[in-house]
Amino acid sequence: MMRYFLRRLGHAFLLIIGVSLLAFLFTTFAPGNYFDEMRLNPQISPETLVALRAQYQLDRPLPIRYGSWLNSVFHGQMGFSFAYNTPVAPLLLVRAKNTLLLTITATLLAWAIALPLGVLSAEHLGQFPDRVISWSTAALLVIPDLALALGLLVLTVRTGWFPTGGMASVDFEKLSSFNKIRDLAMHMALPVAALVLSALPLLVRHVRAAAAEVLEAPFLLAAKGHGIRRRTLLYRYALRAAANPLVSLFGFSIGALLSGSLLIEVVMSWPGLGPFLLEAILARDVYVVIGGVLFSTIFLAAGNFLADMLLYWVDPRIRTESASQ
Amino acid sequence: MSRRRKIANWLLVLGALHGIVLCAGFFAPYNPVEQDRKNPYLPPMRLHFVDSRKHLHLRPFVYSFQLRPGTFDQYVEDTAHPRSLKFLITGDRYRMLGFLPARLHLFGTDSERIYLLGTDAFGRDQLSRILFGGQVSLLAGLLGAGLTLLMGWCIGAVAGHFGGGCDDVLMRVAELFLALPWLYLLFAIRAFLPLTVNPLQAFFLIVAVIAAVGWARPARLVRGIVLSAKERDFVRAARGFGASNLYLLRRHILPETSSVLLTQAAILIPQYVLAEMTLSFLGLGVPEPVPSWGNLLSNLQQYSVLVSYWWMYLSALVMVPFFLGYLGLASALQERPGAYKMERRSLGSLA
Repeated sequence: MMRYFLRRLGHAFLLIIGVSLLAFLFTTFAPGNYFDEMRLNPQISPETLVALRAQYQLDRPLPIRYGSWLNSVFHGQMGFSFAYNTPVAPLLLVRAKNTLLLTITATLLAWAIALPLGVLSAEHLGQFPDRVISWSTAALLVIPDLALALGLLVLTVRTGWFPTGGMASVDFEKLSSFNKIRDLAMHMALPVAALVLSALPLLVRHVRAAAAEVLEAPFLLAAKGHGIRRRTLLYRYALRAAANPLVSLFGFSIGALLSGSLLIEVVMSWPGLGPFLLEAILARDVYVVIGGVLFSTIFLAAGNFLADMLLYWVDPRIRTESASQ
Repeated sequence: MSRRRKIANWLLVLGALHGIVLCAGFFAPYNPVEQDRKNPYLPPMRLHFVDSRKHLHLRPFVYSFQLRPGTFDQYVEDTAHPRSLKFLITGDRYRMLGFLPARLHLFGTDSERIYLLGTDAFGRDQLSRILFGGQVSLLAGLLGAGLTLLMGWCIGAVAGHFGGGCDDVLMRVAELFLALPWLYLLFAIRAFLPLTVNPLQAFFLIVAVIAAVGWARPARLVRGIVLSAKERDFVRAARGFGASNLYLLRRHILPETSSVLLTQAAILIPQYVLAEMTLSFLGLGVPEPVPSWGNLLSNLQQYSVLVSYWWMYLSALVMVPFFLGYLGLASALQERPGAYKMERRSLGSLA
């Protein structure tokens, strides 16, 4: 157990280090920096610019910059934002919380819908429920995410069913705690719906394929012959045996939903990492961008790690494998 | 239907769709950047066959719009003035396929302009903008996918064929690229490139950025095939006869990768078109006034446009038939026993 655990943790750590190195490599190829536009300003002297560049260590070679950046990461700063003139980490944390709220809700909801639909589809392969599900996932698959999000937005704006934009009403502070949660849920409904609908078709298709493969197995026929209830059979035995490919899909789905939420946050003006990163790119605020990318990598690595632990718990084959190594 | 037949049918559909966009100048009635400032946000004109006196006309016609009295953006059809549609008419100059000068359009009118899909804030014809925008977006997708496949192909072949340390390094980097959520990666790469560029530079910048994001998956697939192919007996025999590395790769190993590359192309192209749309939508792509599907949509970021002018949303839906075509092609290409495994391989690029 411990070895499996440590190896997975090591993987996640290496991934994060690798991504940060890659991001830093990009910055060296990047033409120009935050202070370049100031050169056009006659009120700022060249000496000031040189001093600024020195202050932010932009004149130092890459390994030194990377070293001091790593140092600031361990001090909980993740570099310095030029535009906000404060350390990056606190800025990102506020937004990342909102992004996480959206992504985690969407991931859980998408899986909660995809699992029963996929299993139902696999159980009735080629029959009516399967065909309905296959057609609707195909229909969802051909609608681009962007069109889906904008369509939902148009619909809500026209009907007024849900509030659009932001994550709280104006009088949020005055609400009772129950109403606060309700208010938040109402604001989340639209972006979460867009995320779930964009992630759903792929998930359903893979759950269906994985479950269909397992359902043919002799041990399930035997279990059926013993008169085990349908629900126990499907969800306790079949799904467990099909867990391995689905757990790796879980990692992908987190990545997809993180990407999706970046776009949908901008479309639906959700105050998460999406609009913030976009603003940072337009301002050439390099460390904010690196920080954002790193945050997403950490989410992803954490998600994958959790999924691996889940698999260890669900699938006894993994346990014996790691014990025999 | 057999697999071959299905592939041929989907290719036909895709060919027709791309043909329409390729010949945008002919199908579009107007120049996509020409403005008609007197007619901003004109709703789509409906094609009529029966006039107000219940007479049937074989030639379709439209009614011009009049402002509804007391409003500034509500239009009503002016049934007194029908404008009939003329087919194969000479109109604005354009360049067929980008070089042949031409003036022939599929349809148009003699006098005043007609807008079958409405106009935007500057009175530009949305239909023409959508058609010409497709040229930009589809070309970006096709070039980007081509570049990605080329990169993936070379890197995969090198890693698989030479193995050892270079294989290790390349595959570790590929894993990094695979691990990141693609939009964050796209943002990160875009962030370090110049922001204010002219449309042509922006276009190639986007192609390069999109291509750089996706090379890892094809590289891994190609590497796998190369690894198994180079152990085949006929390849070993050829090596025994003194064939060089380059010859082996070119003659015996790389031809095996063609089917994977085709499938990857069918999966990548629509995603890359979508990536271009996303970048341009966010204002990081091809700038105005050049139309692309992404910056047509970016109008919808304004609340007022979203609420009041529904026809601006139509440009979001043009991608659907293309997606359908590519999806159908990809699934026809993947159709074989053990299809599930193929689907899993393609999963990351969809994620």
